[in-house]
Amino acid sequence: MAPLQIVFLILGLATIISAVMVVTARRIMHAALWLVLTLLGVAALFATLENGFFTAVQVVVYVGAIAILIIFAVMLTRRDLQDTPQQSNPNSGIVAVIALAVTGGLIYGLSTWQNFSASRSAMMTNAAAEGERIVDLGLALVSPDAFAIPFEVASVLLIGALIGAIYVASGQRE
Amino acid sequence: MPNFWTDPIGFLTQWLTALLIGWGVAPEVVNFSLSLLGAIVLPLMAMLFVIFLIWYERKLYGRMQDRLGPNRVGPWGIFQTFADMGKIFTKEVITPTGVDLVPYNLAPILAVGSVLMAWSVMPLSVNIVGVNLSVGLLLVIAAGGFGELGIMMAGWGSNNKYALLGGFRAVALLISYEIPMVIAMLIPAMLAGSLNLTEIVANQDVPFILMAPVAALIFFITQVAETARAPFDLTEAESEIVAGVNIEYSGLKFGMFYVGEFLHAFTASMLFATLFLGGYRGPFVEQFPLIGIVYLLIKTFFVYFFSILFRGGLPRFRIDQMLNLNWKILAPLSLAMVFITALVDKTAVQLIGGQLDSTMLLVVRTVLLLAVNGVVFWVVTRLMEINIKPARRVVSGARPVATPGVSQQSPEDPQVPQEPQVPGEVSA
Amino acid sequence: MLDHWLYIGLFFVVAMLLPGAAIFIASILAPKKPTPLKNSTYECGIETVGESRIQFRAQYYIFALVFLVFDVEAVFLFPWAAAYNQLTLFMVVEGLIFALILIGGLVYAWKKGALEWK
Repeated sequence: MAPLQIVFLILGLATIISAVMVVTARRIMHAALWLVLTLLGVAALFATLENGFFTAVQVVVYVGAIAILIIFAVMLTRRDLQDTPQQSNPNSGIVAVIALAVTGGLIYGLSTWQNFSASRSAMMTNAAAEGERIVDLGLALVSPDAFAIPFEVASVLLIGALIGAIYVASGQRE
Repeated sequence: MPNFWTDPIGFLTQWLTALLIGWGVAPEVVNFSLSLLGAIVLPLMAMLFVIFLIWYERKLYGRMQDRLGPNRVGPWGIFQTFADMGKIFTKEVITPTGVDLVPYNLAPILAVGSVLMAWSVMPLSVNIVGVNLSVGLLLVIAAGGFGELGIMMAGWGSNNKYALLGGFRAVALLISYEIPMVIAMLIPAMLAGSLNLTEIVANQDVPFILMAPVAALIFFITQVAETARAPFDLTEAESEIVAGVNIEYSGLKFGMFYVGEFLHAFTASMLFATLFLGGYRGPFVEQFPLIGIVYLLIKTFFVYFFSILFRGGLPRFRIDQMLNLNWKILAPLSLAMVFITALVDKTAVQLIGGQLDSTMLLVVRTVLLLAVNGVVFWVVTRLMEINIKPARRVVSGARPVATPGVSQQSPEDPQVPQEPQVPGEVSA
Repeated sequence: MLDHWLYIGLFFVVAMLLPGAAIFIASILAPKKPTPLKNSTYECGIETVGESRIQFRAQYYIFALVFLVFDVEAVFLFPWAAAYNQLTLFMVVEGLIFALILIGGLVYAWKKGALEWK
């Protein structure tokens, strides 16, 4: 097996195990730490796809902001940080069936997709250097005939989230 | 075979490769082991350099406080840090009951490890860089995020109310100050057209501090806040809340936080020198890359000196003052600087770019941006003077001083105080 | 390209192992004599009262939220900044409109008092 495949398998396994530990850890703070590990695993998977920009963005946004936000949210809602909440709820049976069905459907759909193969596609072997690809991304984000409108819509989405959260939070404070 | 003096890393790589292949090692393993060697040497050098750094800072900080600093252990106290290391390595490691072992032990490792990550993309000279990563700037920001996570883990892993409180405040401060820092970092990326740190240095024919001085100032202030040094060191106020997040750490674990702080301050100064002062650029750098390291160190120590000056000269801020400074002044100012720099630069280039040659254009852009930055700075300082009122006001005027022996005052003097003299009351 | 990330991965592992090794060495060299008094939680020299939980103020969460939104905004602006030298004035203004919309959010947060500490 090529070294890249070995690295991918190890990283994928680490990410999946961390994800399983997130939902099965007894203490909720440990679950938050496993979540950080899962997000790092996803960032490393981006790196194996030769996309450095998204690796860095994943760590900056997910690990540096969202993980901290989740930890704060956990602390806000838990009176005692060491307590061990209830591990399962009565719906776990039907949820397991649905989850297995969704996963099976995804695997089946991807395996019949013609571009999904173990070898590197032509697109990746012909890819330009990373620096030029970031410049292309920037150009594409603001060119009127590329993604300028979704770019501006993204900012509206962000401000919507900001205003909504502040409105809800300040409503609860008074 | 490249010459050692013109291309040190290339020379060493080729020599080692030839040596290892001569011993019969497979080429991929050679590649891997050379990467491993580089990945070990650079952090090791950084950590050993901290030893010198701690001595430098203590000497300078002492001089600013009109005292000598360490001067007993060795000439000028240069072995003081070794003595301190000896002490800290052999101090008893007390692990309090009830701590959560994984976060508690991971936090000091993260505190140092996150700072060391930034060294992997720092361009030390023309061809001497850990890895010439195209998103180096984002990696440095990511490393900062790791550090915040480390502080959070130290806070809750310590099973101590004060550590937790200190941890929250520290993380709230760090994440608040990350916004102006990241936005101020946009400006060198903009002017150089790349997120690659080596390219940002290579494009600094004019150091970016001349083209964006306000952004450099914002970056410097936020870096001082990010490393939690004075005047922003509320979270580890040495004389106040008993070291905040570091309460329950002893021995080398505490030493790691300490080392991490100094290393972070130095790395931040190095980042400032790379982004705004031209990094390793200087005369004769292409011929002798090793001189580039010297230039970079000179510039970094210059910035580090200012960081120590801040620490020695400024009183500590309160937390609401710090947060106000960040969200109401620095964040809007940094965004405004991005606007203004982008608009002015682009209009200048579009209007007159076709008529001038490249050096003249660079000079014109520099002068124009410098003028615009000066105007913005003046406007902001005027606005701050008008809007920020001093918090102290004097409640009563000066009272006449009671002189002993003259117990009877003239009856027509209405100003005689009946109670003991207090200096003019002020209310905060 | 992949070599770069391999180096960064190795560097990450080494950067985590170096302090870890130092702490391990210190744990061998240092004396260990735990007593119940030394192991108790520090609270300025007095006994701890109550459990180790504190009042977590919602203000921290609001700061983290505002930080998150502006962090994502900054991440969107990085490719725009990298491509700056090849953009026309119109495209530059588009990027600035993006940032301007979010400054509106900051002003809203300011007016609503979400950025005050107490």
